[in-house]
Formats: sequence, structure tokens, C-alpha cells
Amino acid sequence: MFKNYKTWLIIMLSLVSLIVITVLGFQADLIVLDPKGPVGEIQKDLIMYSIYFMLAILVVVYVLFTYMVIKYRDHKNVDSKNYKPDMHGSVKLEIIWTAIPVIIVIALAIPNAKALYDLKQPPASTAGKEPIVIHATAADWKWIFSYPEENIETVNYVNVPEDHPILFKITAADSMASFWVPQIGGQIYGMPGMVNELYLQVDEPGEYKGRNSNFTGEGMTHQQFNMVALDEDSYQSWVKETQENAPKLDETTYEKLMLPDNVGEMTFSSTHLDFVDHGIDATYAMHIREKYGVEIKGVKITTEEYKQVSNNGSHSNH
Amino acid sequence: MVEFIKDNLILNDPMIVGANISILLTVIVLVFVLTYFKKWKWLWTEWITTVDHKRIGIMYIISALLMLFRGGVDALLMRAQLTVPNASFLSSQHYNEIFTTHGTIMILFMAMPFLLGLMNVVVPLQIGARDVAFPYLNNLSFWSFFFGAILFNISFVFGGSPDAGWTNYAPLAIEGSPGPGINYYLLGLQVSGIGTLLTGINFIVTIIKMRAPGMTLLRMPMFSWTTLITSFIIVFAFPILTVTLAMMTFDRLFGTHFFTLTAGGNPMLWANFFWLWGHPEVYIVVLPAFGIFSEVIATFSRKTLFGHKSMIISLVVISGLSFLVWVHHFYTMGGSANVNNIFSITTMAIAIPTGIKIFNWLGTLYKARIQFTAAMMWALAFIPTFVIGGVTGVMLGMAAADFQYHNTYFLIAHFHYTLIAGVVFACFAGFVYWYPKMFGHKMNEPIGKWAFWFFTIGFNVCFLPQFLLGFAGMPRRVYTYLPEDGWTALNVVSTIGAVGMGIGFVIIVYNVYYSLRHSKMETTGDSWNGRTLEWATATAVPPHYNFPVTPVVKDVDAFWQMKQEGTANKKDIEYEPIHMPNNTGTPFVMSIFFFIAGFGLVFEIWWMAILGIAGSFGCMIFRSLRSHVYDKGYYVSVEEIKRLEQPFHKEA
Repeated sequence: MFKNYKTWLIIMLSLVSLIVITVLGFQADLIVLDPKGPVGEIQKDLIMYSIYFMLAILVVVYVLFTYMVIKYRDHKNVDSKNYKPDMHGSVKLEIIWTAIPVIIVIALAIPNAKALYDLKQPPASTAGKEPIVIHATAADWKWIFSYPEENIETVNYVNVPEDHPILFKITAADSMASFWVPQIGGQIYGMPGMVNELYLQVDEPGEYKGRNSNFTGEGMTHQQFNMVALDEDSYQSWVKETQENAPKLDETTYEKLMLPDNVGEMTFSSTHLDFVDHGIDATYAMHIREKYGVEIKGVKITTEEYKQVSNNGSHSNH
Repeated sequence: MVEFIKDNLILNDPMIVGANISILLTVIVLVFVLTYFKKWKWLWTEWITTVDHKRIGIMYIISALLMLFRGGVDALLMRAQLTVPNASFLSSQHYNEIFTTHGTIMILFMAMPFLLGLMNVVVPLQIGARDVAFPYLNNLSFWSFFFGAILFNISFVFGGSPDAGWTNYAPLAIEGSPGPGINYYLLGLQVSGIGTLLTGINFIVTIIKMRAPGMTLLRMPMFSWTTLITSFIIVFAFPILTVTLAMMTFDRLFGTHFFTLTAGGNPMLWANFFWLWGHPEVYIVVLPAFGIFSEVIATFSRKTLFGHKSMIISLVVISGLSFLVWVHHFYTMGGSANVNNIFSITTMAIAIPTGIKIFNWLGTLYKARIQFTAAMMWALAFIPTFVIGGVTGVMLGMAAADFQYHNTYFLIAHFHYTLIAGVVFACFAGFVYWYPKMFGHKMNEPIGKWAFWFFTIGFNVCFLPQFLLGFAGMPRRVYTYLPEDGWTALNVVSTIGAVGMGIGFVIIVYNVYYSLRHSKMETTGDSWNGRTLEWATATAVPPHYNFPVTPVVKDVDAFWQMKQEGTANKKDIEYEPIHMPNNTGTPFVMSIFFFIAGFGLVFEIWWMAILGIAGSFGCMIFRSLRSHVYDKGYYVSVEEIKRLEQPFHKEA
């Protein structure tokens, strides 16, 4: 084998790297583990719960592994009692190490199931409040937020009141995008012709970064938005002010948003839901691109086909 | 014609032009060397047309190493781009192409062929057979894989690489990706998929029908077992891929609407079909790896494998479950709580049989005499590293938590911990372990250990930080990030690790050269004091017929048992002439036609596509008409057997 100093060198190198990674890890903002809302909280609790189990498994395997490798290494003075080349197995041991993982899987499956059903409901902490409905639509490569009740539309930012449940209705105009605000709660896909619902709630005022985490092409990296949590009064005054001062969203402006590009923040006092619902109409954006002569290679769509589909509304609602 | 080449040859990117030139130079040097040393005929008769499973295996492995180089360069380019925020080393489009080719190449053109290569070299020997059941088909398998890989690889210099990720999700891959890139992906995978499917069929028949007398299924070595189960998964999973790829090809070329946004297509269908193949695919690469570790660990523990039967049971359970978990790749598509819950449970359930395997390996180490050879070190490093991949897999399997892991670097770190610690370590372990069986000499051990330490430490330094990057909210497939995201330090560390892995790979390649020059030739077939039949041949590199007399098996560790009884190296054997199959050139020609058809379809050059398809059918007809008349094989005479078995006699 190798000489001793090399062993020590390797061990030192490994330990130093491990320490550096750990320190840097603690310095980085592990935002997923520092949630600011009940949805992220449920997920963080589940993650931490599973991490404890996993660390326990790692410790058991590592201790056994280290013991075996050191104790049973081949060297000059091997005790023949410690060498049993014909040992075929042990039914007792094998039953034990089948049963324990079964128990662990059950122990993980139960809280996971509970969390899954909880996440489909509005957050329990604000059960009395009526959720605010916001449509979040991904279009290459921006996020469009529509407040149907308030008749407001924003692009690449979304203002919400704190301590208030929000029901996001998520869809997309073209590619499959994933709506994700890491510090508030886990993600869900927006897909053309379908709507996915996601309850979120922010407990502390502040700005939280959100983005599309699913690859949708060239501008995906920059498809980000700010989720801004305001206290109830500021939110109400923002709504009022926007309704009074922001321009109406006309169809031409909206059509421009359907072309693949990154854009800045925008605010309007009417929503695109007046002329298209991407949750039903999957082909709107393709049609617009064709109209503006943006190349859609790969598939040949004809205007007749488009008309047929939009008349039939062929895509089912999710 | 000139227009067409001018339009598609990529000359505006200095890196790709560099690649162009180096490819051209390599080809020129190769042609020159082959001509100068008059090796063309040798190449044709000894390698290209060979039906010898060992040579086909070696060709698979050489191709896999080339692909590992290509995929590795892709990986280093990505790490270079991500080291610091706001880097402009690669453009977004270039980065997208690189991560797409990295993923596709590493899974389909590196991991699979590497393992198929080792299977080819080892499995017929391990079960005491003379060759695989269908040697002709085996040659076709290799060449269709090879030309599929070439077709995929030329995309980056001619026409542009695919850029929709290795998962190639619709509608991005249809409406969102103009240019021939995605066509390359579809056709390259289609052509190489033919080879994989044929290999699956070939190995099922070989293992079921051609085992040596006495080798019951329960006495079959673990690597052959994993090969058998893997072949079944291939036969069930690859047709799904074939059909799915064909459907998208139709969408892109002929205006059908299976996965399109328009006219009633359903993009989600692609995700379902893709992962219906894609998840079993993960087990297609990881199960043979488990087999390799079982062989290596048993050999260098100087002990029989612990829990042989429970290893087999867990193998079968894993293969069944592998078809029942595909939805866990898209919990976030909005499945109901019930659906996500069921798939969470099936996913986590895979940890149970896998756990059994881990503890059985640990059981094998118990009361053993562990020898730290380079092969064994790869196998030993697998256990603690793969367990990290395993437990994080369980965490990802919990759907409610997965909403936070999905599409993040946590996922990236997880699957690299399973695929590198599981598959790549196994490829290296198997490569070093069976190297004397392929080339007649061992790889240099000290250099091999240097490579091991660089690669394994580099690997952990590269991917451990990525778990934390996931918790810090860094999504996968982004080409850059901002300083205020706070991901810089961990990314720098990760890149340092990647460089370490690169150095490890270079040392391995250097070791091939060094060992060729300096290693002593093996004088027996049993280089490592082995336990299974592949070590029972008289010479280090077995002759093309493998065994002069078919061995008789009495135990799981057949060769070990022979050595214990002293029946291993019997002297006075009555030889009989051995019937062997003829070499064949048709599969090579047929695969060239596949390539022509594929290329024609990629660029929608219809005459070329039709020519290619007609040509490959022509080869098939040619073979069918001829095989009964001419392809009857030949006999190896007793004199020749005696001559080839000589080293054994000398020694005895």
C-alpha cells in the first residue's frame, strides 16, 4: 500500500475540504431552510425531519464501514479467527437490515402524506381570511401577474399583503415554467392550457426573490420576479393608487409580451384575462409569434389549425 | 451542396473552430498512422468485422472513454462559466447546448456503452460460454451505437447542438428550438437505441441459454445476474424510448401533433413517456455497476459474497420498482395529493432493497482480508459516497419536500452522487479489475491510486457544495447568477473539485499509456486470484473461443471452488474442434446507412434519408438471403487449440 505520510495527507486534505465546505455552507444564505411563510415552514420542517433520519443512517453506515475497513484489512499478523472466507450470509442479519429501512420509510411516508394534503389547503394560521386570487402566467421569459378582483396586472413583480393567504393560479403562455419563491414555499409548474393552484402566504414584510426554475430556453436565467410583501394598509393603498394611475393594458402591449424576451417591471390597471385565458387557450402565444413573424421552426402550424383549436377550446382544464 | 455546408458549419465560435481543427488533425494523423503501418486490413478483419465479444467490448470501452472526455470537457466548461457571478465566458445559448450534450452524452454515450463494454468482455466468460448467443447481432449493436453517437456528436460543429436539456421537454423542444439541434438528439438516440435494444435481447438469450453445465441461476455470479436483469429492463424500457423519439421526430419533421402546443398536442405526454423510459434507464446503468462492485469486493475481500440470494431478490425488486416511480420526476406538475403520495411511497421503497445491498457489501467486508488494490479502492469508495446519493434520493422522493428541491442544485448533487459514485466508480473499478483480461497486463497500481484520490476527493469537493447551493435556492440550468445571490463561494469550491476530477481522468488515460509501456505481461489467466470463471482461462487474454473445454460448475464461486479442489489447471485434456462464427462486415455497412438516414432526416434532405433507409433494409435482406448458405461458421482445429493453450501447458 502507500506509505504513511500519504495516508495522512489524504485524510488532512479531505478534512480541510469538508471544513471549508461546511463553513461556506453556513455563511451562504440557505433560504430554503429559513422560510418566511407557513408553506415554506411545512416544507422546512419536513426537510429537517428527514435530514435527521438520513444523518442517522449515514452515521451507522460510516461507523460500520470504517470498522470493517480498518479491522479486516489484510496485513501480516491477521488472526485466522478473524477470517471466514466461506461465510455465506446470515438470515437473521438480513431480516434486520430489511426491517429497519421499512420502518424508516414508513416514518417518512406519514408526515410526507400529511404535508401533501396540508399544502393543498389554504394555510391554517389565517383560516378566517378569504384568499386573494392572483393569476401567475409565465411567458418566455417573464412573469405576468393578474389580480382579477382588483383589476390590476403586473409584470415581473407581485405585491401581496402580509399574513394573508394568496391563491396563485399558475399557467403559462408557451413553455413549461416553474413558479418558485424559495423563501416562501415550494414550486409548481405553469403549463399552457392548464392551471395549477398554489397557496402561499408571507409572514414578514419584505422583498423575496422568485423565478422560473424550469429550463425554457435562452432567457430562462433572467426570468425572475420580486415578491413584495406589504403590510395590509400599504397594500390597500398600492391597489388604490394603481387602479387610479396605472395605464390600461391594451392588446398590442400584451401581444408584445408574448414574444420571447426579458422585460423590466410593468404595471397596468386592467388584466389580460379580458382577451385571453392561457389556462384554456394553449396556442395564443404561438399565434401571436406567427403574426409578428417570430420564427417557430420545428412545427408547422397553419392558421386554420389555430382557429379550429381555439374554437373548440380543446385543452382540458386541469 | 457548398451552400449547405457553408450554412451549417459553425465558424463563428473560436472554441468550436478549435474543436473543428483538432478533430481534423486527429483524423489526418489516424489515417496517416494506419496507412504508414499498413494497418487498414488489420483494422477491418480484426476489429471492425469482429464478432468476438471481447473485442466488441473493448471497442465499446474505448468509445466510452472518448465520450467521457467529450462530456467531461463540457462539464469543465460549465463549471468555468459558473465559477464567478456574471461571467461571460459562455453565452446563454452556448451554455444551454453544453449542458444538454453533457447530460445526454454522459448517460447514453458514456455510462451505458462503458457498462455494455464490460458486460461484453466479461459475461460470456463468466458463464462459461464461447460467445454471446447472437454474435452477428452483437457487432451490429456496437456499430449502430457508435454511429448514433457520431451523429449526435457532430451536431456541435455542424448545424448546432441540441439545446433543450437531456430531458428534451416539449414544447420547448418543438416550438421553442429552431434549427437541426433537436433533430440530432432525436435521430442520434434513435440510431444508438437500436444497438442497446439488440444488446438487451442478446444478453437475455445468452444468459438463459448458454450457461456452462452446472451453473444454475442461483450459482450465477452477481455481475451476470445484474446483466440479466438489466437486459430485461432494456427490453421493456427501450421500446418506449424508440416510440417516443419517433413521435417527436414526426412532430418536428412531418407536422404531427403528439407533443405540440397547437392542434391538440399534449406536452405533458412527453414528460410521462420520457420518464417511463428514463427512470428505468437509471437502473439500467446502476444495476450492472452494483454487479461490478459485488465482484470486485468479493475478490479483494478474499471472501464469498455475503447474502447472494438476498442480493438477487433485491435486484429483482429494484427492477420492478424502477417502472413504478416515474412520476417523481414531475411532482411539481400539479398531480393530486393522492398521486404524489403513492409515487412518494414507491420511490422511497426503492431504498429498502438498495439498503439490503449496501449492508450485504458491508457483510462481505466482515471477517475478510481486504486488499487495497486500485480496483478495490474504487469499490470501497463507492459505499460511503453512494449512500449520500441514496439518502438524498429518499429526501427527494418525499413529494412535499421535493417542491423545494425540484430543479435545484440539490437534485444535481443527488444524481451525480448516484451516477458518479455508483456508475463511474464502477466503470473505473471494472476497467482496472478486468484490464488484464482485455489487454494481458495490469494497469500500474500506484498511478491508479493517484488517479483514484484525485478523482474521489475532487468529486466530493465538486458536488458536496451543490447540496448547499440547492438549499440556497440556486436552480439548475441557469447560465449565470448575481453576486448578491450569495452562491459565489460554494461555486468556486465546486469548480476546484471539478478540476480535481479532470486531473484524475487525465491520470487514468496516462496510466493506460504507461502500463502499455511498462507493465509486465500476465503469465496466467488468473491475475487477481479470482473467484469466477472469467479467470479460469489458460491465458490472460482468452483466445477467441474462450474455453478449450467447457467448464463444469459446482458452486457460486466456480473457479475458486476448482482451485480449492485442485481441479482448476488440469493437464491432459482431450480437445475437440470448436465451432465458431464468421466475422461479418454487413453490420458496419448497415450502420453507415443508419447514419446516412439519420443525417438526412436531421436536415430534411429526403433523398439522403430514403437512400439510408433503403440501404439499411438492403443490408438486412442481403444478410437474410445469405446467412443460410454462407454463414455457417468454421472449426478451430485441435492443433490450433493446442498452440493457443500453450502458455498453460508450459506452466503446468
